[in-house]
This record gives sequence, structure tokens and C-alpha cells, in this order.
Amino acid sequence: MIFNDLELKTAPWEGEVRIPSGCAVSAIIDRTGKKMTGEKIIRSIATMHDRSNGLGGGFAGYGIYPDYKEYYAFHLFYNDFHAKKETEDFLMQHFEVAYSSEMKTRKLKSITNEPVIYRYFLYPLSKRLANSLLDEERYVVKCVNKINAEIKGAFVFSSGKDMGIFKGVGYPEDIGKFYLLDEEYEGYSWTAHGRYPTNTPGWWGGAHPFGLLDYSIVHNGEISSYDANRRYIEMFGYKCSLQTDTEVITYVIDYLLRVKKLTLQEVAKVISASFWSTIEEKTEEEQREEIFLRKAFPSLLITGPFSIIFGFSGGIMALNDRLKLRSMVCAEKGDIAYVSSEECGIRAVEPAVDKIFAPAGGQPVIYTLKGGAL
Amino acid sequence: METYIPPEYEVVRNFELCTSCRLCERQCANEVHKYDADLKKMIANSQKCVNCHRCVCLCPTHALKIIKNPDVYRLNSNWSEQTMNEVYRQADSGGVLLSSMGNPNDYPVYFNKILLNASQVTNPPIDPLREPMETVVYLGKKDVELKRDINGRLVDNLPPQLKLSVPVMFSAMSYGSISYNAHEALARAAEELGIFYNTGEGGLHRDFYKYGKNTIVQVASGRFGVHADYLSAAAAIEIKMGQGAKPGIGGHLPGMKISDEVSKTRMIPKGIDAISPAPHHDIYSIEDLRQLIYTIKEATAYTKPVIVKVAAVHNVAAIASGIARSGADIIAIDGFRGGTGAAPTRIRDNVGIPIELALAQVDERLRQEGIRDSVSVVVAGSVHSSADVVKAIALGADACYVGTAALLALGCHLCRSCHTGKCNWGIATQREDLVKRLNPDVGYKRLVNLVTAWRHEIQEMMGAMGINSVEALRGNRLMLRGVGLNETELKILGIRHAGESM
Repeated sequence: MIFNDLELKTAPWEGEVRIPSGCAVSAIIDRTGKKMTGEKIIRSIATMHDRSNGLGGGFAGYGIYPDYKEYYAFHLFYNDFHAKKETEDFLMQHFEVAYSSEMKTRKLKSITNEPVIYRYFLYPLSKRLANSLLDEERYVVKCVNKINAEIKGAFVFSSGKDMGIFKGVGYPEDIGKFYLLDEEYEGYSWTAHGRYPTNTPGWWGGAHPFGLLDYSIVHNGEISSYDANRRYIEMFGYKCSLQTDTEVITYVIDYLLRVKKLTLQEVAKVISASFWSTIEEKTEEEQREEIFLRKAFPSLLITGPFSIIFGFSGGIMALNDRLKLRSMVCAEKGDIAYVSSEECGIRAVEPAVDKIFAPAGGQPVIYTLKGGAL
Repeated sequence: METYIPPEYEVVRNFELCTSCRLCERQCANEVHKYDADLKKMIANSQKCVNCHRCVCLCPTHALKIIKNPDVYRLNSNWSEQTMNEVYRQADSGGVLLSSMGNPNDYPVYFNKILLNASQVTNPPIDPLREPMETVVYLGKKDVELKRDINGRLVDNLPPQLKLSVPVMFSAMSYGSISYNAHEALARAAEELGIFYNTGEGGLHRDFYKYGKNTIVQVASGRFGVHADYLSAAAAIEIKMGQGAKPGIGGHLPGMKISDEVSKTRMIPKGIDAISPAPHHDIYSIEDLRQLIYTIKEATAYTKPVIVKVAAVHNVAAIASGIARSGADIIAIDGFRGGTGAAPTRIRDNVGIPIELALAQVDERLRQEGIRDSVSVVVAGSVHSSADVVKAIALGADACYVGTAALLALGCHLCRSCHTGKCNWGIATQREDLVKRLNPDVGYKRLVNLVTAWRHEIQEMMGAMGINSVEALRGNRLMLRGVGLNETELKILGIRHAGESM
């Protein structure tokens, strides 16, 4: 756990207690792969200012590191330079460091108490990797977990290839400007999050998106299945240390996609399963598939309100809970697709959309790059 | 006999209301009531009364009540009346004391010290009157490698599953310990409800093969009534290794309950006590259990789930882990308050542990070992209400067995005299005149009503928590809080104390 000022700690930290929060989410993807700066996504999420309360905001951008796209881009928060030294020693032992630097930021009056923020482009040391008997991705995840759990005052908040998460305590539009997303970065896809926690001391690591390698999640809601999902997924080596919905949802999706090799459509049918009564009305083949998925993965059904945007290399998936207890709207204009908690988040950046719709509960909306991931 | 013991209960008759219709006399198999022609009034022998309330409920003028006999021994906090009476009884008979139904003693009931959560403001409760609220559960192994056909579609390669419309089943109660009519009521109710009842170790009467789709048959240490047709008639097969009311010992059916039909169904002699052995004589260790599990699977061509039922004892978590690795599809755990048709009193009252603690430990252990998906967990042993079902599922159970509550629905008043075979309610008896008092048409409807009511209540409680499917409740311990529990108890249950936040 890292925090800036131990003396000020009066409320429990993220990870010590479950903190419910309401939120705003937004995403833009150019399916041709054409890059855009973060300016639009900042404007989109800024329109929904009232859905956040200044206690957390963040973004994920995909395709933003073309020069280092073979390297894992680690973004780190440090409490102090002691934590930095300890972490860098660890990184040197486990990775080839292609490049590292302090994160470029812009000083803003509205953003205070920021930690030390660094960025590293890393590749696993081949011998270390071979000795670990893990595949490359598992190796990286293990290193991330080790830093986050064992090095006091250090927190890896982004670890994917050719993508990056940028987050902190403040309103999302201020966080976006703080990280210079409107000038410094160009990506084909962006997601954004504004947080409305009901109880938090405001820890930078607790802001969203939550990331695991190139997967990122922004989420609005408070799931009621949390502990059922957590206790199940922890059987498979995941550790839910932040106790947030976003964290557990990310692990659930990672498990189903990467370990069980389900498709995105199938993942949606597990976590936001159709009601039995709805399944009964489907074709025999659909019934067979959906009943099987519900029988096989009952503990990964997620209930209670959520709207999530799942970001991955080459696309996004928007998904609501099965009852649609949170608002979420999708729109398209040419090859550009938009997702937002409210329609205004889309109209603010694209007033004249070709198509706009509110996906039904449990209906995944998947936008991928034409021609696959870059 | 029992000359040293005053009646525990006293029959009190209001003679202003009594019309001497003699109904109480005809209803009482214990021969408590009698018409005294000389006195021209009804008299009662309270010594014989078991307080089953049959006469009280049926008296047309409500002239009767049974009260705890106010007569007391010289007050003594060390030697209770019960303890003293037991000494007198044993001094009389020289025998092991027998009892029925679950442990009645004053041990903590953990379900009553657990409270549920509800949603408000930051997430909404869900209204089961207006939205779907799912209670369907599938029991069985889930841990399969996913396979796809040549078109890339997922193949359902799960081992056989039991589908329950609501996570409640009727516990094992054998034909013999309970009556034909009681069995018929349970079978028909299970069929109508889309759940299962359990034959216990008494075999399956040939008339009830038609309810096979909703029947779990038991294979116990006595192998009573076990044959090929019996196994193939069932939806699932349960190996009974233990019972919560009498861990470590076998079953006991008193000879007077072994009628012609019971004898035929069990394939044992009529009128002689049927005492099944404490162990299965082919199971002296876990690897032997594995062989029996696979013997049964072979015999039924791997088409039916195999349940292994154990009593909740101190090392139940390790036992469950062993069973999960031995091919069982479902583990049933029976807590120390579970009922019985007959058990030695000392065993019933002193052996085993509460189901809440056993369940919490088993679920946690199976998760720690990463094998929770290898088995479903069903719990029994005093599940009193729908609230207990919800709490058990949130602690980690897949479903609950209810026995005593089902018998109460059929009229049982918990007089705990099943072993005498003289059940005035027609449940725990084989005497034809008594059995016919339980009308299966009425009985089955009452069971359907009970489970339907519980289902509604489960939906209400889930909805309040913002959960619209029972799958998302299972193991969701954050929804539970303990009150008045100490640190150790909370740790074992894996829940926080009331007042601690999420």
C-alpha cells in the first residue's frame, strides 16, 4: 500500500476495506487504427463531471507506444525514492530495461499530493524467464504482483504492451491534462473513468482503470456478487488485494479469456448470463451453449449494477449487468465507435452520430480494429 | 418400570369443555386417555404421554392441554431432572438409552448469530415481484477441460448434474423409519417442486420407482434394499458414510417397525431389529471409498452423480478434501443437530460439531486446495428456515437438505419418540391404523407449500441483497455478519462481526 502522508491517514485505505463507488465511463475507438490524441476522450468524460466527485479519474490509451511496442510498459507510483530504488533493483534483476524516465506531467492547481511517477519499458531477462517455467505473460504478472505486494511504497498501475494507464486522485479531466494526454500521446483507442467513491482517503493507486498486462477495465457500479467471485477466482492464483469490483472483474475476464480460452461473446454469457427464462426462448444450439456456460461457471456470474468497458489490444468490449442497472450508451460515426455512461459524453465530441443505441443488459458490444490488432 | 420417575408432562383436561367423545382415547397410540365408566368421565395416565399434541390438536372442544409437569425434584444446578431420569432408566433397564430426532440440548445455533446484508443507495435492491429472481442450482462436478467441436462450439462435457429448481432437498429418511404415506408425500412433493427426496438406507418401495427422476437412493453400510434396479431407478446415488445424529455408528431400525412391506423393500427379516454396521465393511480407508464410488459409477454407466454423505466431525475438512479427490460428485455434510429415527442418546447428544462451522471449514479448505469445483456441497443438520438456507449458501453450500422441517410440515410435533414406532401422526410408524392418519394427498401439498414459501423468502432476501441469482450468493460471505461471536468463531466461519464494514 502506498500513500503520501502517513500522518493524515484517518480512514482505511483501498485494500483494507471495500469502497463502493458510483462513476462515469467513456471510450472511443477508431476501428481503422488511426491514432488520436487524448483530447477527445478528456472532453467526453469532462461532460459527465457531475458523475465524479474529484476522488479519482483515469484513462487507458492503446497504440500509444509504437516505438516500444515489443516492450512491457510499466507505469509506477512511488511514495519516495527509497521505494524507487528498491523497485528498480528488482526490475534490473528480472528485466532488460530498454528505457526509463520520470512520467512527464503538467502542474495543475487542482492536482495535489501526487506521488513520484515513473515509466519503464521492459523485457523479461531470457534466462530468468526460462528458469521460472512460466510463459512470458505469467512471468510479468508475477513480477507486478510481487512489487505491489512486497515493496512498500511502490505500485505498478500499468503493465501492458503498446498501451498505458494514466490515473490519479482528482477529476478525470484534470488527470488527463496532468498527464498531458491531449498533447503527448496518440492512440487508436481510449477509455476513461471518473470516480465517485463514497468513502476513500484518495489513493492514486485506487483510481481506475485497473490493468493487467494489456487488459484494462473501467467500471461503474457496485456488484453484489463480489465475494462469491473473489473467493472463486482466488482459487486460481489471483489475489484481490485492492478489494475493488474493477480488480475482481479484471481477473475474472483474464481467467476466462486467457486461461479458459473463451471468446469475448462467451465471457459475456458467463459474467452477465441471460436469465434462465430468456435462455428457454432461444434456439436449441444457443440454449445448449448458454446452459453449459452457466452450469460450468456459476461462481463467475456477476450480479448487481455494473457497466464496464473492457480494453484490450485491438479493441474494446462494453457490457452491462444482466438487468441493466447502470446506464450505458453506444454510438458509431463512420469507423469511429463511442461508448459512454450518458449520451452527452458522446454528443460532446461527436454531435452527428450515424447510429446510437443503448445495449440491453448482458448484451456485449464489441468493437475491434478492422484487420485485427496492430 | 420407571417407578422412580414422575411424569415429565401432565395432561390437563378442562371438564367444562370435555364432552367425553373419546376421540382422544382413539387417537392416542400410547394409551394415555381412557373413559372411566364409574366416574363417568375421561381420565389420563400422564406417565405414558410423550407430548405429541395429537389429542390437543384434534380435540373438538379444545378441552386438552399438555403442560410441563410442574412437579420438580429438589433444585439442583448440577444434577438436572433429565440427567437423573436417565440414571433411573438405565438402572431399570440395563440398556443403552435410545432417542429420536435431533440433539435437543442447549448448544449454540450459529445460524441465529449470523445476520444478512441488504442494498441501499450505492446499489439497488432488486424486486422479486417485478424482476426475475433465479433459484435454480445444478449440483455436480464443474472442473472439466473445455472442449470444442469442429465448428468451434463448446461441447457440454460436464459429468451428470442434478438440476434443482430451488436449493432445497428432502433429507434421507428411510422407509421403515417413516411410513409409506410419508414417503409417498415426499416423493410426490419432490416431483412437483423439481427437487429431490432421499430414500435413506431403507430401499425403495416398488410403488415409488415411478418417482425415480426425483429420487436419490442411498447405499449404506447395511446395504439394505440395494440391487441393480434400485440404483438404476434413481437420479443420483448417495453413499452414506455417516449421519449427523449418530456419527461413528450405523443405523438402527427397531424390529416392531419392520413390517412385511418394509421387510420386502429392505430385503431383511421381519420383526427383528435392523442394525447396520458402524463402518462399511468394504471401506476401511479413503482408497476403499474411491472403489465403492467407481463401482457404483460403473454399475450405472457414469450417468448418475454419486453423493458421499458424512457427519460433521472435527476433521471434516480433511475428510471432505479426500472425498473430493475420490471421484464423488457431491458431498453431503450432516451437522450434529441432524435428526434420526433412532440413535443412542449419548451419541446423539455428545458427538459431532455444528453444521455452520463444518460447512465454513469444508468450503474454505476445498478452495484453499483449488478443488471446490470438483464437488458440490450439500448441508444438513437443522436447517430451520429459508433464512438458514440463505446463510448456508452464503457460507459456501450449493444446497441444503431438510429433514425435520419436512416432517413438521407433515404434522410431526417433535415429541422425539420415533424409535417407539407409535407415531400418532402417522409419520414414524408402520402400524396401519396410524399410517393411514397421514393422507399423502394432504401431506404432499403441505410439503409443496413449505418449499414454495421458502423459495419466495429466499428470493426476497436475495433481492434485498441486490443478488438476482443464487449462483452469486454461493460463498458470498461478505453478505454475512456475526453477532455475539468471539474471534475464533468468526475466524472459523470466515465472516466479520456486525458493525464491521464491507
